Amino acid sequence: MKQVVRVAAGQGFWGDWLEAPRRQVEGGPVDYLMLDYLAEVTMSILQKQKERDPRMGYARDFLGAIESVLPAIVERGVRVIANAGGVNPVACAQAVRELAAAKGAGGKVRIGIVTGDDLLPRIDELVTHGHVLANMDTGEPLETVRDRVLSANAYIGSTPIVEALSRGAQVVVTGRSTDTALTMAPLRHEFGWAADAWDKLAAGIVAGHIIECGAQCSGGNCLIDWRDIPDLANVGYPIVNANPDGTFEISKHPGTGGRISVPSVTEQLVYEMGDPHAYITPDVVADFTTIKLESAGPDRVRVFGIGGRPPTDKLKVSIAYRAGFKAVGTLVYSWPEALDKAQLADRVLRERLDRLGLRFDKVMTEFVGASATHGPLAGLPNGDLPEVQLRFGVRGEDRAAVERFTREIAPLVLNGPPSVTGFAGGRPKVEEIVAYWPALIDKTEVQTAVEVIA
Amino acid sequence: MKVRLADIAHARSGDKGDTANVGVIALRREWYDLIARELTERRVADHFRGVITGAVQRYELPNLAALNFLLHGALDGGGTLSLKTDAQGKVFSTALLRMVLDVPDAEARSLALPVAS
Repeated sequence: MKQVVRVAAGQGFWGDWLEAPRRQVEGGPVDYLMLDYLAEVTMSILQKQKERDPRMGYARDFLGAIESVLPAIVERGVRVIANAGGVNPVACAQAVRELAAAKGAGGKVRIGIVTGDDLLPRIDELVTHGHVLANMDTGEPLETVRDRVLSANAYIGSTPIVEALSRGAQVVVTGRSTDTALTMAPLRHEFGWAADAWDKLAAGIVAGHIIECGAQCSGGNCLIDWRDIPDLANVGYPIVNANPDGTFEISKHPGTGGRISVPSVTEQLVYEMGDPHAYITPDVVADFTTIKLESAGPDRVRVFGIGGRPPTDKLKVSIAYRAGFKAVGTLVYSWPEALDKAQLADRVLRERLDRLGLRFDKVMTEFVGASATHGPLAGLPNGDLPEVQLRFGVRGEDRAAVERFTREIAPLVLNGPPSVTGFAGGRPKVEEIVAYWPALIDKTEVQTAVEVIA
Repeated sequence: MKVRLADIAHARSGDKGDTANVGVIALRREWYDLIARELTERRVADHFRGVITGAVQRYELPNLAALNFLLHGALDGGGTLSLKTDAQGKVFSTALLRMVLDVPDAEARSLALPVAS
């Protein structure tokens, strides 16, 4: 058994730095490359793509990442685990196989495919059999939006990924695996952690949480001492160096920028945190109030002491549904009295929308440069601002009303308050809103499956 | 003595649906007890009055010298529904750090707290 297993994070979300995966496998020795592509509503975007073309529905960026790390996979045995499969892990795996063949590595890359998270085809059957799939935030039954559901995926845990690894997969592609399972699975696989080794499994989850947002634990988006964080242009993404006993250290490759310190890791630990006593995953419930951190040298933090307990008998389900339309328009007003001009434009616009008889569920104005992000907490502006951006948004069920709104921004340039500019972008776009519906389902309803192809 | 929270803590925030979370971390471990005493649910709810529509929940993480706040009804529906610039609650962290605390002079001195200018 290896005494240290190194899992490197190469992607914190779909849209993260394209350079990161290659830098992680070339910058120093690593055993696994973990790539997280899925956010809450990503599945619905992918579902729409699959409806247009049945070969689509996965994170296409993943192919570029695989191409950039293919030599490391083939020559050095680095293994890749990614939830890039989205709503079509099979097509994703086939695309990886074709890519490998095209690059002269045909048959040399074994690809594990994890399926079973997709509940969309069974949604009516589930509801009929008494699964209410109530919204975890509002308590409403899914029935209220059933005809507008676009995707439904259970968050699945580490077990099928461990199986794929034990069957020799060098690249594992999943659908809606939890972000943290992507890091925990290789530790379970390498160290043979039992399915009821709660403290160790919890440690794997904490390791996953720390690196799942990529550089956000290694100096990116780091508030403390932000001016002094070195060489962000060359930021190093994090690596978990795990031990069989469940302790681990977070590091990054030598010669890279950014910073790994107790405070930078703590900022990531509290990110998107709920009840810290109960970080619930399909594998284990981790207790974040047990985590101990200490510096283990420059850009190295030791993590230990983590406790866990058995998971619940439910899985969380990520459901996406159509929820109306929205559009946001902006104009920029300049000195002098920029804020007053933007405020007058806001009043004029509201009166015009009113006279048109347009009705929306929500109308929102923000004054960017004065109060957009902190609202009344920002207090009154300090002096006469050089410019203020009027940011005006509407939301509603009626697409035509939202569309009509988008035509009311441009006229203000000539028929509203003066010193206005910044309309180069043209008319605002109407966007269909795909909203998120979190629910719970009995674990026994979800059966995962693993296939390995080459 | 007036002490700015921004001078004694750092923070990060994120979202879960229509709820923003703010993790507040003491810059020095010995300042955690003061921060935990001052930043009650009620105090934070007052701070965000007119900014959020729901309740505030607080959790303590003494192991990390941190508090975690859940601010419900913070994001205009959250995620893709929200019309806000900060639809994902990324800068509720610094909004909370705008708070100014009243600390007894003797305590501020003994803890070597930076004084608000």
